[in-house]
Amino acid sequence: MAELIQILVSGLAAGSIYALAAVGFTLLWQASQTINFAQGEFVMLPAFFVLVGMNFLGLALWPAVFFALILSLLILGLAFKKLIVEPMLPHGTLPLVIATIALGLLMKESVKEFYGATAQPFPAVFPQKVYNVLGASVSVQDIGNLLVSMLAILGLQLFLSRTRTGRCMQASAQNPQVAEILGVDVKKMVLYTFLINAALATIASVLISPVYLAKFSNGETLGLVAFIAAIVGGFNQIRGALVGGLLIGVIDNLSAVYISAQYRSAVPMLLLIAIILFRPQGLLGTPEGRSV
Amino acid sequence: MHRNFIGATAMALALATTPLAAAELKVGSIVELSGPGAAAGVNFRDGVKMGFEEINAAGGVLGDPVRITEYDSQTDPQVSRAMVQKAIDDGVHVIAGTVFSSSTVVNMIVARRAGIPQFTGSEAPSITGMGNPYIFRSAFGSQKGIPKMARYMAEEMGVKKVAVVWANTEFGKGGYSAFKAEAANHGLEIVADIPTEQAQSDFSADVLKAKTSAADALFVYLTEEESARFLREARKQNIGKPMVGETTLIGHKVIELAGEAAEGAMGHVGLTPDADIPAMTDMVERFKKRFDYTPDHNAIKGFTTAHVIRCVAELVGSPDSQAIADKMHGLTLTVEECPGVLMDVSWDDTGEMSRESFFVEVKDGKQVVRAILPPN
Repeated sequence: MAELIQILVSGLAAGSIYALAAVGFTLLWQASQTINFAQGEFVMLPAFFVLVGMNFLGLALWPAVFFALILSLLILGLAFKKLIVEPMLPHGTLPLVIATIALGLLMKESVKEFYGATAQPFPAVFPQKVYNVLGASVSVQDIGNLLVSMLAILGLQLFLSRTRTGRCMQASAQNPQVAEILGVDVKKMVLYTFLINAALATIASVLISPVYLAKFSNGETLGLVAFIAAIVGGFNQIRGALVGGLLIGVIDNLSAVYISAQYRSAVPMLLLIAIILFRPQGLLGTPEGRSV
Repeated sequence: MHRNFIGATAMALALATTPLAAAELKVGSIVELSGPGAAAGVNFRDGVKMGFEEINAAGGVLGDPVRITEYDSQTDPQVSRAMVQKAIDDGVHVIAGTVFSSSTVVNMIVARRAGIPQFTGSEAPSITGMGNPYIFRSAFGSQKGIPKMARYMAEEMGVKKVAVVWANTEFGKGGYSAFKAEAANHGLEIVADIPTEQAQSDFSADVLKAKTSAADALFVYLTEEESARFLREARKQNIGKPMVGETTLIGHKVIELAGEAAEGAMGHVGLTPDADIPAMTDMVERFKKRFDYTPDHNAIKGFTTAHVIRCVAELVGSPDSQAIADKMHGLTLTVEECPGVLMDVSWDDTGEMSRESFFVEVKDGKQVVRAILPPN
């Protein structure tokens, strides 16, 4: 029992961070029909912004996190949209996808060049306390990661469904032409989407780096797992990405303990194949029709 | 007449300069200055650099300053091979490096073919097992460290059952096999066998398996970054069992990365800047002043390598590569005759080295020596 609780807590804590990155995939897909293959690097980079703030500017942790958030909004939100997405989108989805792959490589190599190839220590954002719950060791860090991720995603859901701006963003995602006719500033709504993605990436980065350490290559695994989570949950639904992330986190831990550590990364892949074969829209996604 | 004078002068100059040129010792420092091995390589390079700077300031070797040329292997075995060839083409007498075993096993073939002695920082057992008469260790191979550690676990710590967490790579398999054999020799029962993947980030399942096993202690054989992640997760899950490993579990980089989670971890190290040896402490202080960071064991390897090269070249009386290689086999250098080696050290016919080593525990972010282990 204690073992199962431990697996669930660890799996949900890791899965909630995957979910944050997976939501980014769904947001950008809805806003610009783009799959951002640099999403993993989007999660990797803000941790280094925090370290720059702390180690080069002498900031304390939370001011450095705020500094990282501002830089992320500017670089991963505004600049990404203006310099990559807008010029590439008229040429079709495929060139844009390739551009995001190139962007991911550029970000990875730049961090390696600037900050080094070795992992960097990253300060914990929660107290390092551990509580005993029915025989399982439950850390404040795991619970904190889970809570913050859930709050961020639920807050986003509420923002999109309960506010005027949020509904305008949804309208722009569903049918930009009609939204424009109805007076929605579609360009601004798309920009908001990119900024929200940058903010979520920053939160994910700050939560995961104390565990994974800050390293230029962190985005490789994160990006892949988040991509799988988004497909499993449903690429066009935020709640789908949430479910996909949590599911992958728990399945990964369960398979590592009860099946085999060597094949742990194969199990989410099997789930991905099963979803594509039997429910292509994902667990909570809705089917999308396209004219060709 | 005029032409004869010029010819005679040229010949006289050539004769006069030849012995001088032959006495100048040229060393190629070939290490991982970029790529994933940069942390280890830069430490080794700086150790070599400081060693020769001090030697040159004191008059050099055989009356001449040593000329060091640095080459970057980029942590790439094929690049390292090309760099060794380049150094040989540049006329070096001796090579210092590389540190990463995967590079050394490839590039040592080139140095061997050219008859150039090579002082490596690598610790993979296979390096001195290939019958290469030109390869020499600057720290002993892991096959020498693990028996010392297994004995310490069984006899001093009273461990009976052990969980083994190891990296499923060439590096990890070597350590795992060596530990498995030694565990059998010392009556340690392996109750949990936990292989992990290269560059693994999430160790929650692995820590859980080790925690719920019947082990009295863990033997952890992962790379430095993986060790740091493992230690952080172990602390998160309150593992409550002693964790023992090699330099890769309790090295200074791991302590920096794992922070408080490294507290209490124990392990065997060939060299440690925290050893209570005055010559070592003094070297560490000079290094900190020179490079503005705390050296790790790789820096000490580099520093002692510079002094070994000096002492051997002076023993043979020339920078002759073959004579240096021949002299190294079966050589013992004591601190009295060669103070820069910091501790008495010997090499056997395979180039493997033997020296006292340390069993340390991490306390307050430092390695605290619990026992000095005799040479084997």
